[in-house]
Parts: sequence; structure tokens; C-alpha cells
Amino acid sequence: MSGNNPTTEMMPFLKQLISVPGLSGYESPVRDLIEEVWRPLTDEIHLSRLGSLHALRRGVGPEPRPGLMIAAHMDAIGLMVTGLIDGFLRVTEVGGLDPRVLPGQLVIVHGREELAGVLVRPPDHLLPEDASLGRMSLNYLLIDLGLFASEVERMVRVGDLVSFAQPPLQLSDEYLAGHSLDNRASVAALTVCLQQLQGRQTVWDIWAVATSQEEETLGGAMTSAFQLKPTLAVALDVTFGEGPDSPSHETFPLGKGPMLSWGPNIHPGLFKTFKDLADRLEIPYRLEPIPASSATDAVAIQISAEGIPTMLIEIPLRYMHTPVEMVSLKDIQRAGRLLAEFAAGLDGAFMDHLSWDE
Amino acid sequence: MSKNLNPKPGSIPLHSPVPSVGAAQIHLLESLCNAIGVSGDEGPVRRIVLEKIRPNATEIKVDALGNILAIRNGDSQEKPTDSLRLRVMIAAHMDEVGMMITRDEGEGIFRFTIVGGVDANTLPGKSVWVGREPIPGVIGVKPIHLTTREDRRRAIPLDSLRIDVSPDQAKKVKIGDRATFGTGFKRIGPSIRARALDDRIGVASLIELLRIAPAHIDLLAAFTVQEEIGLRGAQVAAYALNPDLAIVLDCTPARDLPIYEKDGFNRCDQENIHYNTRLGGGPAIYIADRATISDPRLVRHLTQTGNDLAIPYQLRQPGSGGTDAGAIHKQRLGIPSISVSVPGRYIHTGATIIRIEDWKNSLKLVFHALERLTPDIFNVER
Amino acid sequence: MKSLLKKLVETAGPSGFEHQVRSLILDEISTHVDDFHIDNLGNLIARKGQRSAGGLKIMLAAHMDEISLIVTHIDEAGFVRFAPVGAVRRTTSLAGRVQFMNGAVGVIGSELFTDPGYAPAFSEMFIDMGAANRKECPVQVGDVAVFERSFLDLGNRLVGKALDDRVGVALLIQAIKDWSEQGIESPHEIHFVFSAQEEIGSRGAAVAAYGIDPDLGLAIDLTASSGVPKGIKMAVEMGKGPAIKVRDQYTLSDPRVVDWMVKTAQQASLPHQLEILETGFTDAHVIQLTRSGVPVGGLSIPSRYIHTTSEMIDTSDLQQALRLLVELIRKPFTLT
Repeated sequence: MSGNNPTTEMMPFLKQLISVPGLSGYESPVRDLIEEVWRPLTDEIHLSRLGSLHALRRGVGPEPRPGLMIAAHMDAIGLMVTGLIDGFLRVTEVGGLDPRVLPGQLVIVHGREELAGVLVRPPDHLLPEDASLGRMSLNYLLIDLGLFASEVERMVRVGDLVSFAQPPLQLSDEYLAGHSLDNRASVAALTVCLQQLQGRQTVWDIWAVATSQEEETLGGAMTSAFQLKPTLAVALDVTFGEGPDSPSHETFPLGKGPMLSWGPNIHPGLFKTFKDLADRLEIPYRLEPIPASSATDAVAIQISAEGIPTMLIEIPLRYMHTPVEMVSLKDIQRAGRLLAEFAAGLDGAFMDHLSWDE
Repeated sequence: MSKNLNPKPGSIPLHSPVPSVGAAQIHLLESLCNAIGVSGDEGPVRRIVLEKIRPNATEIKVDALGNILAIRNGDSQEKPTDSLRLRVMIAAHMDEVGMMITRDEGEGIFRFTIVGGVDANTLPGKSVWVGREPIPGVIGVKPIHLTTREDRRRAIPLDSLRIDVSPDQAKKVKIGDRATFGTGFKRIGPSIRARALDDRIGVASLIELLRIAPAHIDLLAAFTVQEEIGLRGAQVAAYALNPDLAIVLDCTPARDLPIYEKDGFNRCDQENIHYNTRLGGGPAIYIADRATISDPRLVRHLTQTGNDLAIPYQLRQPGSGGTDAGAIHKQRLGIPSISVSVPGRYIHTGATIIRIEDWKNSLKLVFHALERLTPDIFNVER
Repeated sequence: MKSLLKKLVETAGPSGFEHQVRSLILDEISTHVDDFHIDNLGNLIARKGQRSAGGLKIMLAAHMDEISLIVTHIDEAGFVRFAPVGAVRRTTSLAGRVQFMNGAVGVIGSELFTDPGYAPAFSEMFIDMGAANRKECPVQVGDVAVFERSFLDLGNRLVGKALDDRVGVALLIQAIKDWSEQGIESPHEIHFVFSAQEEIGSRGAAVAAYGIDPDLGLAIDLTASSGVPKGIKMAVEMGKGPAIKVRDQYTLSDPRVVDWMVKTAQQASLPHQLEILETGFTDAHVIQLTRSGVPVGGLSIPSRYIHTTSEMIDTSDLQQALRLLVELIRKPFTLT
């Protein structure tokens, strides 16, 4: 899969990103791909103790140089094997999943070999009483690998990971559907940012960080922020895209630009900077009001150590946390460009002008 | 004997005044309660606090989340070496629960969500303040003539409520604006009834303590943000200040009401055993809430102070709730912490009620506890 | 180890007030460690060993506290109302016997219900101390109590209250003594953390980890197991050896740590199992998120009836867990 040269044209690159597994806590396959792509775009790359990827673009300003951390989580949701019964597998979730989308889903079980499987729900007369009332639960799902029990026992053990096998679906030049677009779409946007900074100097140090374990504990963002202690941080994630499934007052349209988040999780001075910048660059955007927790890496980053002024940019994603998430590539490009211009525009005086109240 | 009437920051008068709750303090509390500071947007409260504490702090800083960290160093004449001075953090949160505008439905009608634990049953049929100006609005509901008996048996769903500022004012409200109950500040006999007494009363007390802090300690005052949505300001403030111990001043529910029997009659013969605290019982000392087990050494110190000086106090019923101490005590290598709160009825609604006497006694208790604090307190293991 | 475990289990250590258990631990280990201290949240942290080639700074955590009750009100007739501290179970509290830190004991009763099958809420229960009125009651608001139940040795099984996590505490104590008395060499610098307040959110372990900033952390605690009629389905069973934690509700163990533990068990021919616990957590989850992050794992002892007064473990699992722990202490390991 990752034997090909990673390409940086958006559609094929994004398809590649979502074809490589990287479940929370076990991100190394996708991390290797990201590292390969980011290496020529940055000066130094390190790993954090919890497996996040830290890539540094050194600035040219005088020491001590302020630092900007841009974080996009690279982990995705999936399943993990909890038991083997007669050649079938029982599973638990990694990250949050609605069990109602699972029956009939094709999966890959990462055992001693990569094995193709399908999630199945046994008929009601084989399940406990409350199942016949329509109750869906992971407890009532099994994976069938199409192999004899002895083969399964040789190749799979408790703790092995399971990811979705739904291949990327290009719906048009602009729209892509597939699993793990939460949050590989943001990783792609961050890559766009790094590409647009190529050949340009920045005064500040810029840290591109692909964080681990966001879907489970926000652990990657929390510990990377503590380690890097940036002066400012921007988190990149996805938000609920408008669609026929959800009430429109809780969702945001696809293709109309990224969301600039607003609320206690965001430093208002940073919001204003991004808004003014987007206006100047004529990049369309919307304001996303978030009353308290944003449920993203921004939650952990903002309260690391002595606190870090934080911004959150979100890309609208329809049918989130299903294997057919849908995104507009235009929104990804816009988010990447906005970030690049923000990073390029940071100078030694920025923090002096970052105020709390007007 | 002459007194230094204009103390420079960092120099302490020879005879420290004692805490009081007089006209000046009540006036300060009123201005604090009338300022709007929903979690994440504490600016108006911050401005008032900064103005009031400037003459009394050696060092003032506003941090990345908007906390005010104000340090008043003890008098170096009182103790010859810095290392013998206890660094005491006292925290009070500036934010209140409230609402945020989320969607413009046109003609001055707006959708909103609540920020923090607003008691949603108290939203329908109320007036509100919206935005920084602020402008007035109402949360209206269907007239009773148009409801059915079925409708009325159930609580009005939160997401059916809207804020209405009238079509003429529509342009003045933006998505992301905060809103809060429109209740004003009122003194009623022995009580004060107002919005946001949780925790402007703690803020007012802390401002007062900064003015009269005893000379032998370093007082690290933290006016925190975002307490109502997860103790976030206090976490980074404690990390930055890294004190020897912390005292949190908050406002805690008093549920000391009569019990209703299931048939709806108001009978008082059943004892209320879940009152949390009682109005008039004095400042409430926390032994444990959901978020913190107070350091027993600090609990002993405070109760001893109360007993010795005949200052009334009560022990808050353990088990539920949380204060900034929940975040503070877990920072760095652990910080011995305790909370002391003024009891209030109907917290997280537009009209909270406290007794002025409880406020007075809470100031006295904390002030004298500070006066009697020495590093010996940590000679015993926790 | 059985008599040590019995002593530990029969000592009271409610969350936030662990000093009696702590004194007992200190009596056992103080002469066997290089140094120790008690921190601001009551953790006992003991250090042993010097780091050398192939060694790491390792934090091993076992919690001293147990679930408990705290007094909220004494009524006029002398009955004591309370709230739970930690995940106390309603159903197993009824008719329980409790003991306060001052030695006073009482019985848990409940208000009358027309349906005998109803499980009352904690607010509908009270403790009867045998006092005739409020004045005579030997306890006051804020006092804490633990469940009172004696330790049972059934030969291949051990039963008691607070096996969670006195088992972990006993394992650490015994590992320290074996290390000291059997001339074992270790390339690691090990911080044995007897943590406070785990049952209410691992508060002790968080600050202990902040202070130590280890290269690796392991939580030594109990885990659930399958094997009882229509019980939880897990790949872990009692009597099949100590469990190596792959994940629990709040922690994904670092795969390198899991690997190290599995290989060590295999090389020493020790029985072991892989643990996935869907509901339940240990100190590992806060250690992992300390400062710049810490790779973590867990060494778990399979058990039944957790958070009741009759928690049960298998004696051979306990012995094998000790052997695995000592092997982990002995063997060089680096994180790549």
C-alpha cells in the first residue's frame, strides 16, 4: 500500500492517507507515511513519547524564537479483537462507534497476516431477549473471516486490530467519501500548509504535529503541547457537515469554506486574527460557535502547563464516524492556505498585539 | 501614632485592618454582579477586578486564558528570609453560567445553547441581556391558551427555546454573543438577591483580602476563568503560581427547603437530610466534594480558627459538586487545598440569595486563618 | 505473602485518608529501599536501584486506598447518613458492616420499601451505630468508614475486601524485599509508588508521576475475569496467570511495553494472559498523560466480585505475578 511514492496532488494523496491504518494507540503505519511526505518539507522530525510526530520548520527570527504548533490528529477509529469463538471474532471499539452502521461492513483484521473479514449480526433467536427488541450492541456482533477455526487461532489473537475495508469513493472532483476522513482530511490540510510555505521564510518556528490518541484520550495533543511549549497553537479537526441526516442548526455546509471556531476554548484575539486574514485573502469561512468544550485536541492544548493561546479550525464532514464520511477538497485547500499565510505572517511583534479585551 | 494612608504596592501598614462588609463592599459586589462574564468571556468582570486590585498588588498578570494572577508579597521585615514565607494561593472564579447565541433565525429571533450548568427549567419566560452592549431580550414561550394539558405535563424542551431581541435590534446580535439572565442586584433585609453571586461574592472577598492580607505570607490571588465549564482557568493558574497551599472561595448551594410529600402537601415533619449547606449557618468548609478531598491539615486549621475566635461556620455535606480546588490540588507535585464557600440558594438561576452575615463571617474566617498560618502546618504528614 | 496480604486487607485505607495502610507499608519496606518520601497528596514514594546500561527510570504504581463511605448527616435519633466515595455498589452495601477511622463500627440499614426486590439508593440508607441520639453518636459529619470483613484463605483462592488494590501493594512490598534479600541485580531505577486516591480518579498517581517523570510506568492492580455463570465475557480467567494489559476503559497500553512484558513472561516460561477491560481503569491512564507523555502498561491480577467485600483472587496467579514482576525488574529493557 505505502510502497508507492506518496503523491502530493490532493485527491490521490487523500485517498492514500485513508488507505493506511492508524488506530488510536497504534498509529505507526499512517505515521510512517506522513513522515515520508513531511520530511522534504521540514528541517527536523522527532517522535514524542506517546507516538505523535513532531516536524519542525525552523524560523529565521532572533533567538529565543517563538513557536507555533499546528496539530492534526492522525489516529482513526476502529475495532479490536477481544475473543475467539469457533473461528469467529468478538470485538470492542477503539474510539466511538455507532453499532448500527456495522452489520455488513467489510473489515481488515491485522493479525499475523492481513485477513479480510465481514462484521455480522447473528439472527435474533441466537441472541439474548433484548436483542429481539431491536437493541444494537457491539456485544451482538461477530467477525467472520471465512476461515476454519484452527487457521483463525493460528493467525489472530486477542488485542489484534481491525480497520474498515471500505475503499475511498471519489464522488466528483471536489467530493471524496470514505472512512478515516476524520481526521486525515486535516492532516492533508496541514500538508497543504507546509507545501505552501516551501521556499518561504518564517520568523517563527513552525511545528507541524500529527497527534496520537485523540479519539480516545487527547493524550497525543496533551503531551506534545507540554513537551514543545509553543507560544501559540492551532488545532485542526473536522466538524459536523450539513446533510439530510442531521438537523441544519447543528451542522455546517460543505464547500463553503472552513469553520473558524469561537468560544472559551479559543483565544478571541487569535480568532480575530484569523478572521481578518481570511477576509483579506478572500477565503470563505463560517463562524462555528462552541459554548464550552470543542471535543478536539484544542481542549487539551489550551490548558497545557501555564496555558497556551489556542485557535481551532474545522473542516465540515458529513456522516462523521461512519465508513462513508464525506468531505469537500476545496475546504481542505482553503484551510491549508489560511494556515500557511497565518504562519508566514507571524512576526516578532505579534504577541504584543494579541490582546484579551478590546 | 501616625498611619501610612497611601500604602505603596508591596509595603504593608504596621497595623493591618480587619475585614468588613460595609457599604463599600456591598457596592463593589453590586458592580461585579451587574457585569456580564459568561465562561470564556470574562472581560467586563476582569476590568473591574484589575482596577480595584492595582493599588494592592506587587505584580499583576493576565495569562493565556484570561486569568488575573495578582501577587502581594509579604513584608520582608516580618520574616528575614524569603523561604520562610508561605506562598498562599487564593482563588475565586470570575465566570458565570449563561448562554451563547448559536443561530440567527431572522427577524431578531436567535437559537442558543447553555454554557455551564444553567438550570434549564428556569429559562422559559425570562428576560436576558445579550452581547457586550448589552441589549435586552426575552426567552418567550407559547401562550397558555395555545397549549394542551399534555404539553404542560412535560418540561419545555431546551432546544425549543429562543432569544428574541425584536426585529429592529436584530443586527446588533452576532452568533457567538453571550447572554445571561436579566435579573438585577437587590438588597433585601439580611440578604442579597442577585445574578452571578456564584462566584462574584468570592471575587469580592478576594479583592478585600488583597487589601488587608497579613504581612507574613505571600498572597497569590487568582481570579480565574472558565470554572463553570471544567475548572480550566484554575488549572493553569495553579501550575504557573505553584503555591504551597490553596484556598478556594466559592458560592455553594443551600438546599435547606422544606420537603414536599408525594401528595404535594408541604409538610415539615420530615427532616431535610440533603441540604448541602444552610443559609445563616456561616461559611461552609469543604471536607470533600466530588472533585477534591480537602487537605485534612487545612480543614483542622480552619475549624480550629473558627472555634478559637467564635466565628460561626458549617461543614458542607460531603460528596457532590466541585470547585477550582478540583483542578488546583492535582497540579505539579500536588497542592494542599481547601474550599470555603458562602451558602446560596438557587445557584445557576437568575436569582441567587445569600445572607450578608454569612459573607461577613466567611471573610473573617479566612482572614484570621491566614493570620494564623505558619509553615508548621505541614510538619504533620497528610 | 498471604499473611502480609491479610494484614493489609484488614487495615482501613479510605481514599484521602490512607495513613494507616501507609504506616504498615513503611514498616515493611523502609529498611529495604534507598530512600522514600510522602508527598502532598499522601502518596508513599520509595526509590530503589541505580540506572545503568539497558536500564530505565520506571514507576510501578499500586494504590493504597479502597472504596469507602463519608458521613453527610447525623439525625436526631442518632442514625448516620452517608455518601459513597469511589464506586461503592448499592446492592452489596445493604446490611454491610462498616468501621470508622476511630474504631467505631456500625451496620448499614435502609428505609422500608413495599417491594422487597427494590435496591435502595445510597440516600435511602443509613448507618446504625447503636447510638440513642445524635449526642451519643461516636462519629460526626465528614468522618470516613470502610467496609469491615475478615480475610478468608480458601487454599487456592483468597477472599477479602480491598484486595483491590492491597494485592498490588503486597506484590510491590514483596518484590522490594525479594530484591533486597535475594541479591537480585537490576539495571533500572525503580520508583515504587503506593498511590493515594486512585478510586476517585487516580489523583495521587498523577502528581506522583509528575514528580518522577518516568521513562515507563506500570500499574499493578486487579482486573475482572470471565468464568462465572452468565458473567462478563473476557479473555482473562482466574488461575491462568497474571494478565498483561492491552487496554482498559481509559488506557491504550504502549505496544512496546506489552511486547516487553509478553516476551519476558515467555522467556521465563511464566503463564500469562492478555487483558482487554471494557469497563474499568487504573492509575496507568493518568501516568500516560503526564508532562510529555509516558509509555505505560499494566500488570493485572484476575479477580471476581470487584468492589464488594468478598473480592476473590487465585493464589497461583498471585505467586506468578510476583515472579513476573521480579523478572521485569531484573531484565534490561530499552524503548526504541
